[in-house]
This record gives sequence, C-alpha cells and structure tokens, in this order.
Amino acid sequence: MGELLTVQDLKLEFRSMRGLVKALDGVNLRVHEREILGLVGESGCGKTVTGLAILGLVQRPQAEITGGEIRFRGENLLERSETAMQRLRGREISMVFQDPLASLNPVFQVGDQIVDVVRVHKGVSRKEAKETARRALAAVGLPPQDETLKRYPHQLSGGMRQRACMAMALACGSPLLIADEPTTALDVTIQAQILNLLLDLRESLGVAQVLITHNLGVAAQTCDRIAVMYAGTVVEEGPVAVVLKHSRHPYTVALYECLPHGRTASELKTIPGTVPDLIDPPSGCRFHPRCDHAFDACATAKPRPVQVGERHWVSCFWAEQQGGTRPVEAEA
Amino acid sequence: MSLLEVDGLTVHFRIRRGLSRRSDDVVHAVDDVSFAIEEGETLALVGESGCGKTTVARAVLQLAQSASGSIRFQGKGLAGMKPRERRAAMRDIQVVFQDPYSSLSPRLTVHDLVAEPLRVHSHMRARDLERRVLSLLEMVGLGTQHLWRRPHEFSGGQCQRIAIARALALEPKLVVLDEPTSALDVSVQARILVLLDELQERLGLAYLFIAHDLAVVESVSDSVAVMYLGQIAERGPAGEVFDQPGHPYTVALLGSVPSPDPEARSGMRVLEGDVPSAITPPPGCRFHPRCPFCMPICEAEPPRPRMVGGRWIACHLADDFDLTGTTPGRAAERTVPHAG
Amino acid sequence: MEATALGRFADWRIRHRSSLEEARYGTRVFFKDRLAVVGVVIIVLVIAVAVFAPWIAPYPGQGRGQSNLQARFQGPSLHHPMGTDGEGRDVLSRVIFGARIPLYISFGVTVAIVLIGVPLGGIAGYFGGRIDEVIMRITDIFLAFPSLILAIAFVAFLGPSIRNVMIAIVVSWWPWYTRLVRGMAASLRQRPYIEAAKTMGVGHLTIIRRHILPNAFGPVIVQMTLDIGTVILAAAGLSFIGLGAQPPTPEWGLMVAEGREYILQQWWMGTFPGLAIFFLVLAFNLVGDGLRDVLDPRSKR
Repeated sequence: MGELLTVQDLKLEFRSMRGLVKALDGVNLRVHEREILGLVGESGCGKTVTGLAILGLVQRPQAEITGGEIRFRGENLLERSETAMQRLRGREISMVFQDPLASLNPVFQVGDQIVDVVRVHKGVSRKEAKETARRALAAVGLPPQDETLKRYPHQLSGGMRQRACMAMALACGSPLLIADEPTTALDVTIQAQILNLLLDLRESLGVAQVLITHNLGVAAQTCDRIAVMYAGTVVEEGPVAVVLKHSRHPYTVALYECLPHGRTASELKTIPGTVPDLIDPPSGCRFHPRCDHAFDACATAKPRPVQVGERHWVSCFWAEQQGGTRPVEAEA
Repeated sequence: MSLLEVDGLTVHFRIRRGLSRRSDDVVHAVDDVSFAIEEGETLALVGESGCGKTTVARAVLQLAQSASGSIRFQGKGLAGMKPRERRAAMRDIQVVFQDPYSSLSPRLTVHDLVAEPLRVHSHMRARDLERRVLSLLEMVGLGTQHLWRRPHEFSGGQCQRIAIARALALEPKLVVLDEPTSALDVSVQARILVLLDELQERLGLAYLFIAHDLAVVESVSDSVAVMYLGQIAERGPAGEVFDQPGHPYTVALLGSVPSPDPEARSGMRVLEGDVPSAITPPPGCRFHPRCPFCMPICEAEPPRPRMVGGRWIACHLADDFDLTGTTPGRAAERTVPHAG
Repeated sequence: MEATALGRFADWRIRHRSSLEEARYGTRVFFKDRLAVVGVVIIVLVIAVAVFAPWIAPYPGQGRGQSNLQARFQGPSLHHPMGTDGEGRDVLSRVIFGARIPLYISFGVTVAIVLIGVPLGGIAGYFGGRIDEVIMRITDIFLAFPSLILAIAFVAFLGPSIRNVMIAIVVSWWPWYTRLVRGMAASLRQRPYIEAAKTMGVGHLTIIRRHILPNAFGPVIVQMTLDIGTVILAAAGLSFIGLGAQPPTPEWGLMVAEGREYILQQWWMGTFPGLAIFFLVLAFNLVGDGLRDVLDPRSKR
C-alpha cells in the first residue's frame, strides 16, 4: 500500500481583525492507498483547515500557505494552477462536509447535481452521466431509481442527504475522499449507518479517506490510522489502536482520559489550562503550558516528528526521551 | 413523595399548513410520558432528534403548554397554580441550556447576568448583590476578573460556567440541563461534568439531564429514560439499563455508539431506516417499522409500559423477561443475526 | 474601595470596561472609513457654527432678520462673501444662524420618533398575537401614505411653523422604527436567553427593556443617523413650499424658496443655503454608513 497523499510540514496563516493567526504550524501526515486516516482534534486545532488546504480551498488572500508540501501521487499540489486544481477536485480528491443541507443546492434535484459533476469531469452525454449517477447512488445505499434522482434535498432525511453528497463526491471515482465531520450533525443510529458506509466504500471501491472528526469513538471504530492534532500541528500519527491505547504523546493520553466512556463523573480526568490563542501561541511546543511532562527544551524548540514504531510518529521531546525509535510490534 | 413527578405528560404542537385551523398538522411531540426524580438524584432523558426530550424539559420549565398530564413539583401540581404561586415555585427549578453563548444575553455583563434572578426575587443592596454574585462565580471556578466582562469575551466552557452560576443563584432544588455539554470540546466537557458532579454533592441538587450522548449520560446519571418518538421506551436505574438494555431500541441505540476503544471493535450494530415523522407516527408500537423483532401485535397495539425486573419497558416482548436476568432485547439477539 | 472621587472613577472604569473597550474598538473601525470621517468633520463644523453663531456671523443682526435695504441684491464680495438677499441681509450671516434650525429639528424629531416607535415595536414583536396585529395594523395605516404627503397634510392642518413641521414629521415617521424593531424583537424572542429569563421569573416588560431592546439597538442607531439627513431634507422641503418656517427666520429651505425667483440673476441667494443643506445631509449619510460598518457589519455594502 503506497502513500497516496503526504502532507509535509504544512504551514498556514490567515489574517483576522485582531492579528495574524498562525493556524497551521507544520502539519505532517500520510494517507496510504485504501486506508482510512482519522484526523482528530478539538475545535480550533486546524483539522478542517488542513482538509481545505489539501484541496486548495483556503480563502485567498486572507489565508496563505506559508510553507510545506502537499504531495498527491508524488506531485506537489501547491504548485498546481487553479485550473489544474479544479480538474482535481471531485475527480481525484473529493470532499464531503458536515452539513449536507448546506452542501446541496436546494433548488436543484439531487440527480441533476450528481449528473453535473460527472459531466464536468468526464464530458460524457447526459444519458451516460445519469447511468453513472445511478451507480453512485447504489454504491452509497440509496435506491438507484429515477425516483431518487428526482428528489430535492429538502425531501430527503439527514442520513440520505449525506449519502447523496457522498454519491456526488464519488461519482467520478476519486481514489481519495476527505470527509469533514460527516456525521456530527446526524443522530447516532444514522451515524452508525454512515460510518459503516464509509467502511463499505473502502472495501468495494477502494476509496482512501481522511476522516476529520472530534469524536474519538468515530475514529476508533472507523479508521485504520489516526493523526491527532493540537493547536495547528499533528502531535501523533499512527495505527489507531496504538495511538489511542498506547499513546506516546501527553495530549493524546490526556484526551483519551477525558472521555466519559465507562467512567463516572468523579473519575473523569481533565486537562488544565485552555487551548492557546493562535495569534500569540506559546513558544516551542504549543502544548507545553498544559503538559505534565514539559521541561526546558519544550518551551524553546518545536519538536519534529520522530518515528517510534511501524507507521507511528510522535512530535514530542519527552516521548523521544522515553525511548525514541524502538519499533512497536504491529497490532492485529 | 418525589421531588418531581411527571405523569402522563402529553404535548402537541400545531404547524400551520393553510389558512384554516383544520388544515394544520399536529406534531405529537410528547405522548403519555411519566417519570419521577428524587432529591439529589440525576435522571437522564436520552434519545435522538425528534424524540421529545427537549419538549419534556420545556414542559417542566413551564415554557411549553401540556395538552394533558400532570407535573407535580414538591407535591404540588404546577399547572393548576396561579401565576404568582407558580413564579414562587419555579424559583426551585432552574435551567442550563445547550448553547453557552445564546443562553446569555450578549449585552449584559457577567455580574448582571448572574445577578438577574436575584434582582427579580429579592431586594439586595448593590454591595450585597456583588458579593453574592462573586461567591457564585467562585463556586464554578471563575473570579473577580470576570465580573464585568461580556459573554463574547469568554470561551464556550466559561460561558457554560456562567450559566451554571446563574442557575444556582436562587438555590434551586432541581436544575434542568438541556444538553449542557453538547456544544463543548471533549476536554472542556470533562471539566463541566466534574463541576456539575461536585455541585450536586455540595448542594444536594437534583438534575434532569437531557442528552443524546450516551457515554456522557452513563457517567452522570442515576436513572435514565430512553425516549423514542415522543414516548419512553425504557426507564430504570442507569447501570442496569446500560448493562442489560431491555427495549430493542435501547439495544440498537447502545450498539450504535462508537466506542473509543479500537480494540473493542465488535462492529457497530446498524439500525436501518430513518426516524419517522412525529406528525404521523406509526400505529401500534412507534418503533415497530425499524424493530428487528417486530411481531404482528406490535403493528396493532401500542405496548403499555410494564414494570419488569426493576424498570419500566414499553415493549410487547417485555413479558418474556425471565428472572435469570436475560432481557427481551438481549434474548432475542441470540436468535437474530447481527444487523450489519 | 476608597470613597474618593478618584476611587469611584476607577471603579466605574472597571465596571464598564467591556463597553469602553467596545467603544474604543468601534471608534478605530469607524475612523478607518475616510468618508465617514469627512462626515463627522462637517457635522462638528456645523454644530460649532450653530453654537457660536452670534460671534462668528459678520452681521449678527441681519442674521436674525434685520433688513438693510441699502445693500439689496449685492453679489459676493469682500464685505459679503455670500452676497446679500432681497432685504439686503448678509447671506453668510443668515446661513450661519440658519445652522441651528436643522440641528434642533432633526435631533428633537429623531428622539421623539425613537421614543414612540421603538418601544411599540418591541412590544409588538415580543408578544406577538393580537397585540402584534393591532400595533402593526396601526403602523400599516400610517405607512400606507407617502410620508412627505402625510407630513404636508398635517402641517397644512395645524398651520405653518417649525414646531408643527416637527410634529408632522414625527407622526409620519415613527412607524418605520416600529416595524424595524418589531422584526428584530420577533426573532430575538426565540433566543435561549429570553427563555432563561422567563424561567427566572423576569417580567415581560422587563425582558423587553433589558434583553430585547438593547440587543436590537445597533440597526436602530444606524437607521437614526441615516434618517436625520432625510428629516433635515424633509423639514427644509416643507419650509421651501411655505409650510414650515416663516420669514424672517433664516431657515435654509425658506432661503432657497426666497432665492428661487432670482436664481438666474442673483444666484447666490438660493445657492448657498442649498449647498449648506446638501453638505449637512451628505455628512449625516456618510456618518450613517460608517456607523453601519461598526454596528451592523453583517450587511456588506
């Protein structure tokens, strides 16, 4: 399984009323073919911005990529022109968003919206495009009949709308799908359906996915590997069981222990301090003010990703101290 | 006598469809819901969107009109009271809403926000008011430096603390918490849950905790009521309901929650179909179209809630509950293959 | 905390730090808009002129209305930079004295409109139902007439004078504010903080006063500033057609009317007062736009 997408040291800033926000400060992650990578973190950590940056959808001139590379199939996407990026979006890398109602045009039938995408990228006739649309609907578990194609977004339920968005995203056979909180707005039983669908799509269509979520449960049950983000960097990246249960980064450990699953309220652990202001972030490692294991180096230099196991990287000086590059036995 | 007794609560809404009342649609938001909360206890109402849990909370808070049924607080029915009496009784029931920002008036300072209930129900001098506000803020982990700022200057977690401080101002007996942590990050949520737990211990508060996040509910509640489409499917002590769910919907709900333990990857049990409309709910048992164990009687007759093994279950299969501890949902599980 | 004046001042500053910071930030944003700054400068200038009129005007007596029949119809010169009018009065002095009138008309009228219209709108929007219907039907009746025609009708009925002009404008203008506030109140009514207030037992009128109206005020202030310009224009217009100020009042609209016959020969009589009206109204519009950017940034220009 080769690397499909590699993000290397991505830096991004954007201008706000109060100053320059250093939203991404060196993001590193890898997505392999047919793999589902979870991009997890709390609000403001930069996970959505990373997803948008991969597709070149960050608003210029307020937002600017100030460093790093995004390599898709070996090619640096940051060097592509906007026209070339338009050819890529929807065809090679697709995206679905959190609110399916906002992603679909309310005045057009769902079928037409899918057909539009297919025709833009494949240039085929309307009839052929409709066939493709039907197959896309079937792939996402919607009835592939004309009845479904003729529906308007508001006539579908939340879960069906999200499936329609995914049909639109995968109609042209993209090998990579970026899903930004695709189930956050859905009920938990519908969420289970959609997550199963994501797993299904990987099996049947071989679609690799970047699943952006703040819900560790979603990530744990759906992803092969996860990348944990904090304040604009990926602090840990690796196989999901390893990162969650045998984490090497203090933030990941703390985050996992905050979860209410199986704990009573009095047993809950908390993380002291608050999420940093990205206009004036802490020096060195951005997590150090809240970290139990911080020492001098943490405030002065930024830790770089160090491999600590099979496909497992950590950005933390303390983790390095604890025993850097010892390979971890591969989990089943 | 329980602190709060809700009996047969029914709430309907009209949605205007046309010019005449006859063409209106009626949303059966809450239908014959009953439960009780004791002093110092936490009862959680869980369910997905449209199940009516928020409407129940609003009815208890007197923000929604009930079509029938009774709500008795500290032994007295709220509906029958005169406005002045009700106002006095409602001092003991306060609320914390889901969205920390929109539950605080944007143009008021923290001091004025927390002081408002005190200003309404008592005549305190400015200095005493300030002192009381400060002590409330300290209880929730805030301080003098926050007193004169406005909500938009705070984070979500801090705003929720302000809302909690405000809810405690009148020393209530019952606090209705409507999804108090749904809009917060995981780490912030943990802090708020810990705070709520501490306050409950210190002040002997009872909580009516509305939530859709089952993990949160499991960690905070003493008893839980699972709602579906306006009715209570199952109600009982939290530990039991979560360990051995009886109603098939509860089983499906618990099975749908993705566990953060990747090694517990039993696969999510997928419940097919969508939640039906509350305007025309399915006949008989409202869950029957999606229920893997649906029997002919389920389509015909709505199940009456029956007391089985220490809790209430509204399911025709509940009679099959046997005393060795297997509940109908789980028992039937063994004979029906995994749905997904 | 010391009971000294300094101590109390420091205390006040702490209590209102949020508002002070907002004001500071708002001023910064406002002054970024150069046109708005121009507007402010003009308004300040006009206010200064109005306040110091007796000392600035070269011929204060004539400014008030004294005639000087020897100097009739003189063109702009060193003695009379804006010339003289049909009664020999110095136009510059009259323009200076005339500055007071639009300022106090517009201020008085706008305050009255807001005091009537805003609370009504708050009540209508908050309560909804029958109260809303009654109030809105009344406003609809007033809004059915073009406001200027309505004002004309009122003044004609009451008799021409500045005071009646003010009453007429108030009567024809208040419904706009009711409608504006009612819309906002209706949407704010659903907000959780209103429900929280109800749960706490806060009375309805207090809710309107404390929670609804302050949060609806941004657009009202913007509308007020923009309307001041229109009110000035309306008042000048009514005086122009003879229903407002009466001679010898140095009201600008009246002066334009008086200068109308002589527009070709003695152009200075009507032009300078006309320009004064133009610049003052423009200034209020510019300030209103600038305020809108500060208070209501959602509405992009």
